Amino acid sequence: MWRDLPLFPPEASTYAAREDALFFYLVAVSVVFVLLIFSLVAFFAIRYRRRAPDERPRPTREPLALEIAWSVIPLGLMVIMFVWGAHLFFYASNPPAGAIEISVVGKQWMWKFQHPEGPREIDELHVPVGVPIRLTMTSEDVIHSFFVPAFRIKRDVVPGRYVTAWFQATKTGAYHLFCSQYCGTGHASMTGQVIVMNPVDYERWLRGGASSVSQTAAGELLFQRLGCSSCHKADNTGRGPSLAGVFGRPVQLTTGQTVTADESYLREHILTPGQQVVAGYPRIMPTFKGLISEDQLLQIIAYLKSLTGSEGAQAKQ
Amino acid sequence: MSESTSINAHQFETLEQQHEAGWLGMWIFLATEVMFFGGMFAGYAVYRWSYPTAFAQASRELEVVLGATNTLVLICSSLTMALAVHAAGRGERKAIMGYLLATIALGMVFLGIKGLEYVHKFEHHLFPGSSFVFPTPFQRTAQIFFSFYFAMTGMHALHMVVGVGLLTALVIRAWRNEFTPQHHAAVEITGLYWHFVDIVWIFLFPLLYLIDRHR
Amino acid sequence: MNEITVERRQNYLNVSYTLKSWLLTTDHKRIALLYLFSITLFFFIGAVFAGVMRLNLLTPQGDLVRAETYDTLFTMHGLTMIFFFLIPSIPGVLGNFLIPMMIGARDVAFPRLNLASWYIFMLGGLFTLTAAATGGVDTGWTFYTPYSSIYSNSNVVLTVTGIFIVGFSSILTGLNFMVTIHKMRAPGMTWFRLPLFIWSLYATSLIFILGTPVLAISLVLIGLERLFHLGIFDPRLGGDPILFQHLFWFYSHPAVYVMILPGMGVVSELIPCFSRKRIFGYHFVAFSSLSIAVIGFLVWGHHMFVSGQSVYAGMAFSALSFLVAVPSAIKVFNWTATLYRGSIAFSTPMLYAFGFIGLFTIGGLTGLFLATLGVDIHVHDTYFVIAHFHYIMVGSAVMGFLGGIHFWWPKITGRLYPEGWGRLAALIIFLGFNLTFFPQFILGYLGMPRRYHMYPPEFQALNVLSTAGASILGVGYLLPLAYLLWSLWYGKAAGANPWGATGLEWQTPSPPPTENFEVVPVVTEEPYAYSTMEAGVVREHIHQRAPV
Repeated sequence: MWRDLPLFPPEASTYAAREDALFFYLVAVSVVFVLLIFSLVAFFAIRYRRRAPDERPRPTREPLALEIAWSVIPLGLMVIMFVWGAHLFFYASNPPAGAIEISVVGKQWMWKFQHPEGPREIDELHVPVGVPIRLTMTSEDVIHSFFVPAFRIKRDVVPGRYVTAWFQATKTGAYHLFCSQYCGTGHASMTGQVIVMNPVDYERWLRGGASSVSQTAAGELLFQRLGCSSCHKADNTGRGPSLAGVFGRPVQLTTGQTVTADESYLREHILTPGQQVVAGYPRIMPTFKGLISEDQLLQIIAYLKSLTGSEGAQAKQ
Repeated sequence: MSESTSINAHQFETLEQQHEAGWLGMWIFLATEVMFFGGMFAGYAVYRWSYPTAFAQASRELEVVLGATNTLVLICSSLTMALAVHAAGRGERKAIMGYLLATIALGMVFLGIKGLEYVHKFEHHLFPGSSFVFPTPFQRTAQIFFSFYFAMTGMHALHMVVGVGLLTALVIRAWRNEFTPQHHAAVEITGLYWHFVDIVWIFLFPLLYLIDRHR
Repeated sequence: MNEITVERRQNYLNVSYTLKSWLLTTDHKRIALLYLFSITLFFFIGAVFAGVMRLNLLTPQGDLVRAETYDTLFTMHGLTMIFFFLIPSIPGVLGNFLIPMMIGARDVAFPRLNLASWYIFMLGGLFTLTAAATGGVDTGWTFYTPYSSIYSNSNVVLTVTGIFIVGFSSILTGLNFMVTIHKMRAPGMTWFRLPLFIWSLYATSLIFILGTPVLAISLVLIGLERLFHLGIFDPRLGGDPILFQHLFWFYSHPAVYVMILPGMGVVSELIPCFSRKRIFGYHFVAFSSLSIAVIGFLVWGHHMFVSGQSVYAGMAFSALSFLVAVPSAIKVFNWTATLYRGSIAFSTPMLYAFGFIGLFTIGGLTGLFLATLGVDIHVHDTYFVIAHFHYIMVGSAVMGFLGGIHFWWPKITGRLYPEGWGRLAALIIFLGFNLTFFPQFILGYLGMPRRYHMYPPEFQALNVLSTAGASILGVGYLLPLAYLLWSLWYGKAAGANPWGATGLEWQTPSPPPTENFEVVPVVTEEPYAYSTMEAGVVREHIHQRAPV
């Protein structure tokens, strides 16, 4: 175990490089202050050690300027840490356009992934290098946390809501995936790998497995099988509104509130339709709680996202 | 007048210091109570903001007449408590006992009415848990309302019970002539506690019973 | 007096030897010893839990104990150490013993309430230990929902009841201390003549009063949720699991300042005494304690940067977390500056003070890493956090506690401990501590998550180093237990002021009489008046009782 002792994680994402830079700034500041304090204490302790039992040192002055200096200088160094850190946090919270959308469902004690093209994975996530990947995640039970040290990303995965994270891998290889929010007995075994491939290998991998239905196609099948299409007709003649172009649109509710129809709204609406009724429509949509799993919800949402404003047309992936 | 109670406890230098310490202690204790109830108020606020319709509908199931009566009962009990303190300041032993007993009686009335309300809730399947029934679509979120209702009024009732116990101890001490016009800090300090419990109810009543009643 | 003989006159220890006189005492000094006995017991219980954990982590498979057992161990280790050792340690032992003496009072404001606090503490401990003995709890000391409220199959309700109960011990102690400090100072003891130990315990009491009740209500809600399936934190019923985190951390962040402020107060007493100089920047240190307590209530969200709160909330909490670091830094600089041109003695308490300064500097600086949003994403919930808080809680707080115990041991017991053993133990503890926890910073950045009983094989070497350090640390902690006990029978008699320190507590005999002061002292001089004191010579006006 002493050979190849790792002391630093691999740097395998665009975020990792940025984060390490800030980390090293923090290390540098820390080293400076630790050395400063340690050497001052050691120096004073030795230089001014008690030489006679009845020694009586004279009081020293306590200049206010010194108090102010050692309050303001650390504060200034910390302002840099804060601003830089906040800047990075914004970067980590805003995925670029054109990201590949991958659905993630955590449950005790495994990670389930679905690619938009359809392939599903458990505990392993294959991704192409150099392409932004956006993860939409939820949990089926308790709070988990999606953590890839090599990418320096982490996000708690909470039941009952969607959270998102994104990364862009910069180096091919296989990297640890850990669950980092204690979730019960299998917490330490809820691990896996993110396998970063060059684009050609990734395409081959995508096509290689058992032919699978794309996520949006699976969602469309569910949309019809569960009866959604009987009320939500594309030409707006059904009892419910047409869902063409619904994703990301503002929606007005009967309470007067206007909300944005994002992933969380759509999920809530399918599970508890009575809570937020769209203005102008009666409260008659039945709940699908218990009839649909988190994976299926993500498929339907992927389908809804693909519905553009033009009537009935959707892009098949 | 019993002399032994007019001498301060050994750790204090003067009776006045002892009184001041008692007052400060009760105020600090009330600050902790504010934080304690505050946590529940915060949780209530979060959910009411998230589910306004559900909370309004659930609130309509509460018996506002009984709640309002209880509010009146508690306000009167604070009056009798204040009168007890006033009587203690004048050394009127019978009046002290009378007003304290009135406060206790009103407190018991409050608890009785509260108990009645709870019984009605059980009968109507409004106690959170497996037997909870509420018209859809608000079944889940109304249960959250009732969770807070029972937790907050239950905690409040517990504090009332403690208050009644403290008042009973005061009645006994008054009967034993332990209070003088100069030395009746216990009555004042317990009064402070009682008023606080009253004020908590003044907040609970509108927040729980009066959501959306104007419609 | 040339020869100091073992104290034969009546003092608070020999005034009665019956068990009843101890269990029904209202003397703050005896209550302090009741706390000392109990927290020492809980410390070793919590340490055993940690020892088993570290042994389990020697191998990547982590199969010394089952996963369920390991999960229970880390939960009970956290609960025991935080609620039954760290939080009550300095306040319950040194605070109780010294506050009345330092301010010139005969006792605390409410002595019977003080005893009740100890019994409540023990009752809470009984509940929690019973929960541990009957299967334990496996939620982590943080009790995150919905795992704790719905999914866990362990003794959650029993445990949260125990912690709920012990919280009241803190609340009542805080209340008692605040009223005592406000209302019972001796004539002439103005606020700015108070020892800094009192300032830090006052700040600690503020947190006890305002923070603990919120923990209480959070625990009540978990208990109710588990018993009645209320749905407050159950997303399937419309509840919000993150709400629990807000309620929990609103208390539990200030709680960490409860755990460090008293230790800082001890260091503020040790440095002036063993430099024989007044503290540099008294007012700044006093106000820093208050600032830490106040700002400490505003930073709880830094535990939740990746939990799902908004980016803007994260920024606010990050900025405030940096702000709260400033008063701590001010203290470190002031302590260091006090040494300048002092007369430094390397007695055991001073060695602990040096250790505190060094390890608190490291622990505090690594806190900045966690306050930095962009970096916290990576290190949150890893061993980096574990290393950070152990540098503060063990490297600093426990060393502060040990430093204080050694410093005031002569006053409390009338005996001197063997100085050579004292220094050796301090050194062993310092070295063992660093070997245990420094590798964990590296492990954390590598990505090893918390609460894992097994791990990828490449992490083994660092884990082995950490376990090796833990065994050294264990030896280090056993030494004081041994020689302090030994000193009770064989230690040299101490005399009133063996260290030549300022402070009212040193102007009474060792051990003090039950009433502390025969005559209420009148304070006329500034605190830490070392330069006006005859160096090394015990002050003249000791209040002595007539010999029995």
